[in-house]
Amino acid sequence: MTSDDLESMSVLGDPVRRALYGYVAEQGRDVGRNEAAEATGVQRTLAAHHLDKLVEAGLLESGFKRLSGKAGPGGGRPAKVYRRAREERTVSLPPRDYRTLALVLAETVDLLGGEEKAEEAARRTGERLAAGESAGLVEVLRGRGYEPYEGGGRVRLRNCPFHVLAESHPLLVCSMNLALCQGMLAGLGETGVVATLDPRPGECCVAFTSAGTSSKNNVD
Amino acid sequence: MHLAQLNVAHLREPLDSPALTGFLDALAPIYQVSDAAPGFVWRMKEGDEPTDLIQHDYGPMLVVNLSVWESRETLWNFVYRTAHLEVMRRRREWFHRIAEPYTVMWWVPEGHLPPLDEAVARLDLLRAQGPGPEAFTFKDFYESSDAACLPAAAEVTK
Repeated sequence: MTSDDLESMSVLGDPVRRALYGYVAEQGRDVGRNEAAEATGVQRTLAAHHLDKLVEAGLLESGFKRLSGKAGPGGGRPAKVYRRAREERTVSLPPRDYRTLALVLAETVDLLGGEEKAEEAARRTGERLAAGESAGLVEVLRGRGYEPYEGGGRVRLRNCPFHVLAESHPLLVCSMNLALCQGMLAGLGETGVVATLDPRPGECCVAFTSAGTSSKNNVD
Repeated sequence: MHLAQLNVAHLREPLDSPALTGFLDALAPIYQVSDAAPGFVWRMKEGDEPTDLIQHDYGPMLVVNLSVWESRETLWNFVYRTAHLEVMRRRREWFHRIAEPYTVMWWVPEGHLPPLDEAVARLDLLRAQGPGPEAFTFKDFYESSDAACLPAAAEVTK
């Protein structure tokens, strides 16, 4: 944690900003000022002010885009749009640094060739995490920061909670994450759904589909 | 500059053994993904069939793969963010685990399609000296600006 991280977080103390940040982050795409204002029920100028404060704090990124989707003359003036900043912020008081240790452990698994054991451990951990949960799969995933959403008849995950590790050790971490998700399904007693790898750029590598059906079918 | 990548893998069994069927079957769908992937520039081909593996002088148990991409990001997204990831997870079924680096990247001028001896020289360099601007990996990556100013990047001893 740096003092910058703490300062960024303090910007979220304002409830309007928190609502705006939450809305933009949840969309997973560029969001215009009008849309953000309407969604959070505040005036456009107020929304614009707070969105720009969030950009200053490094929590959102901004750009310009023609929201009409039309290019060239008649497409209208590009509007200012916002999306969640890619950079991650961590605040832990007192300071904790699990990331460095996780990187060392991932390196160690690689050196030992222990991928299979790591996946077994991840599966057991997933089972433990989910055992006794009364919420459904999507709520459990949401609670663990995966940011689930429905897409193409599957439950997809917008956020990878292990992003830094998944960048440095993708094969190991994505495999462990899949095992963790499979463990969670087992822990929840969820037999009608399977977790599979379906990676795409910028998202978590795991997707959930109904068991025994093709990927075109919906998750119940 | 474009990014070239060489992979080498040591087979557990000869290519015509039943253990390798899964690997050979995976080639066609994976090449379909790679060749259509954003940022894909070129890959070395031996023949028209996906299973026509690159011929070389390093023994029958070595499989090599050589391709050129527009950027680190496009190559990374293909390797780890497509169906290729699932195939790579199965690599231990088909290939030995080796302690030495088995993959290397280096920058090439746009339009340059590296011959295999150039690629193998880069892997040797990585193995001998560790990652540097002329031979590096995803984990220890060097930007093209680091490589461009080095004369050694342009000519590799053959």
